[in-house]
Order: sequence, then structure tokens, then C-alpha cells
Amino acid sequence: MSAREPMPTADGAEPPALVVDARGQRCPLPVIELARRIGEIPLGAVIAVLADDPAAALDIPAWCRLRGQASLGAWDTPDGPRHLVRRVS
Amino acid sequence: MTPATPPAPPAGYLDAATAEPLHPAARAVLAAAYEQGWADPGRRYASGRRARALLDGAREQVAAVLGCRSDGVAFLPSGSVALHAAVRGVLAVPRAQPRLVASAVEHSAVLHAAAEAEARGLAVARVPVDAGGRIHLAAWGEAVGGGAGLACLQSANHEVGTRQPLGGAYAACREAGVPLLVDAAQTLGREPVPDCWDLLAASAHKWGGPSGVGILAVRPGLRCDPILPPDGREAGRWPGAVALPAILAAATALEAAAREAAVESPRLRALTDRIRAAFAAVPDAVVLGDGEDRLPHIAAASLLYADGESLVDALDREGFAVSSGSSCSSDLLQPSHVLVAMGVLTHGNLRVSLPRGVADGDVERFCAVLPGVVAAARAGLGADGL
Repeated sequence: MSAREPMPTADGAEPPALVVDARGQRCPLPVIELARRIGEIPLGAVIAVLADDPAAALDIPAWCRLRGQASLGAWDTPDGPRHLVRRVS
Repeated sequence: MTPATPPAPPAGYLDAATAEPLHPAARAVLAAAYEQGWADPGRRYASGRRARALLDGAREQVAAVLGCRSDGVAFLPSGSVALHAAVRGVLAVPRAQPRLVASAVEHSAVLHAAAEAEARGLAVARVPVDAGGRIHLAAWGEAVGGGAGLACLQSANHEVGTRQPLGGAYAACREAGVPLLVDAAQTLGREPVPDCWDLLAASAHKWGGPSGVGILAVRPGLRCDPILPPDGREAGRWPGAVALPAILAAATALEAAAREAAVESPRLRALTDRIRAAFAAVPDAVVLGDGEDRLPHIAAASLLYADGESLVDALDREGFAVSSGSSCSSDLLQPSHVLVAMGVLTHGNLRVSLPRGVADGDVERFCAVLPGVVAAARAGLGADGL
């Protein structure tokens, strides 16, 4: 199978420590925004990225693999797709 | 005697997987063909008979490269039309199983044909690929084992160069009694196409022939119905007068390319090894496709924090023509379905594909400018140092 992470079953089990709004931004800007901001949260915390660019669904997990972070998956929300990443390094 | 290595194509043109520049042998034939091959091959008078003989000769040239019977080879207006004629034609046969199997990384023409079949109520199974772009043979076997009117598989992927396991895929099809359509567009004229197909489609402008010529080869005895009302031409696969001068040039180009491939493909293979190494040397680059089991002329990578559109434009300013599967460089603003199916980074994507006869110096210069182009694209987004 592809290298994508499995999708968790529920969103919001754990409130994110930081929400980054990258809606309306085209690739690779949502990933750049994620890379810039993840240092603001403590190890073990979760950052949420709101991104409606279709590439983000692939590129955020790919970035996590490159940077040793944990992609928790993406959900459709009333605010658009919401991607969750746990800072593990 | 044709030289073993073709003359150099336009400097900096590194997008052969989109369109190969016209082979010099094709250029010579094209001019002569307009002099001698303008008549309708269907007419009985002398100029018509001459046109018929030329068309039959072209069909035999193509069949000889494919290693098949010439009466199974038809000329159509493009590779995409050939794929549509095959998919619809086989599925239209009465009592064909209303199910289509295709890999997730086929050419868009196959995906469009599959979507259209689905809209007509047929079931479509899309077989997933690994991170290198190769189908999972077990998943393929399962999909065709469930029965299907047709299965479609490319000989090798057009965006990352990975060869597909045609032998194993064909064996699974034979066992299940499912005909296999192979899209050989990227392979034909560069490598021998394995004798593992029931239908084969390809496109002349990928092998150095003119655009406007596709081929569809069908095994004797396999039924593939006309998708437009037939008029007796091209075995009923496509009506209307054929583009005879372009077909003659295409057949000559294919024969020349296949003859030159024994020397040229290993040379291109070494050059794409060099490009893959140059990609890998860029920080945060994901080199794509199988490093070993791949086509000789394609190298691809995705470069973190860079956008494909800026990379393509910057390389264009440096004199290089390359393509990108990133969403920002597509008309639909969607990342390429190949990259999505592979589950890899889609932004900052570049595909370099070498035309026959490309100068070594062109590749060296590309490798030399690449790091600076990527660094500038990242700096332009404020992403340097991330």
C-alpha cells in the first residue's frame, strides 16, 4: 500500500495546542507554515493546520516523514479540511 | 547507414516523455511522403495503389518492432484515441464482463475511459501502487481474479519511470481469462516491449514520430468492436482517411529509434543516474520512482518547500524544458494522480525526460544549475533555513 498514515477514527479527541489557518494558500505554503510554527508547541502536543489546497492531504504526511513528526490524519470540518500533526521531535 | 546515436535534439529540451523531437529519419521521410503518399490508399488507380503499398509497408515496420502480425496493427489519430478505442471496443463486445481493472497510475486517457465506463454503470477496480509507483502484484491478481472485461496496465510509468511487472500481471490475466491492454507509450522505441499483451497502444510523438499518429495492436482472435461506425479502413477501428505522410514518418522513426536503442538507452540510463544523484544531493529532495527497474530516460523528484511552477519557470529561464506534476502547475490545480497514488510529496515536483541524442553537456549543465534554482525558489517563499 502507499506510505500514507492510517486515518484515525475521530477528530478532536485532544484539543490542538495551536491552530494554523492556511486556507486559501496554495502548495507548498501550508507546509511551510506548518514547519515555521511547529516549534511553538511543546513536544507531545498537537498542531492543527486548516488547509484547503488539495495537495496538503499528501504533503503534510510527506513532510512529517521527512521531519520525523507524526501525522495524525485529516478531517473535513465546517472550516474546511483540518490536518493534525503531533510534535514528536 | 544510420548512425547508432541520433543527432542532438534542441539544446535544453528535457521533456521527451511529453513529446520527443522529430527523429531526423522521420523528417526526411515526411517531405518525401507528401510527394508520394497523398492519394487515398483505398483507390484502385496507380497513385492509390502506391499509397496502399506505402501504408502496408509502414504497418509491417511497426509490427516488426512489436513482434506481432501486421494485420493486427491499426493507425489511429493519437495514443489517447488508441487507448479509448481499446477500452471501449473490448468492453462493448456482447457478454463482456461489465468490469474494468486498471492501475491507479495509468495515463489520464485510461483514467478518463475508466470514469466514462463507470458512468455507464460498469464496475472499475483501480489497483494501488507502492511508493515507487509499481503495482502490487497480489492486489492486481486479486482484482483480475474477480473477472473483468478488460485490464489495463502501462509498460512503465510516464511520470517517474518505474517499470510495471508486465510478466506477472499478464500471467494473472491469462489465468483469469481477462484480456490485457498494455499502454506502451513510454517504452516503445526505447526498450523491447515484453510479449505480454493482448492489446497494445502507443503514440508516435513519444518515439520521435510526428504528432497525430497512434497505434493500436490487437492479438488475432481477440474481439475489439468499433467505437465509431466503421468504414472498412484500419480494420474498422477508426473511420476516415489516415494521415499517411505522418504514418510513414512515424514508422520510419520507430524503426530507427528501436535500432538505435541498444546503444542510446544505456547512455540515457547513465545520464538519468547522474540526474537522480543531482536531485539526491539537493537538501530535502525526495527522488521518485524505482532506482533500478525503470525506464532509461526519466528521472523525477519532489523538492520540499519549493513550488513546481516556479521551478519550471526558473529552469525555462536557464534554457531547460522540464515538466512538473505539482498541483500549481496543472490546469485543474490538482496534484498528479500518479504522485497521489504513490503517497509521496507532491509539491516541488520535477520530471526530467531525456530525448534521444541529448548532449551530455546539457545534462551536466542541468545538474549544475539545479541546486541554485531550488535554493532561489525556496528563498522566494521565505522557506530557506526551515
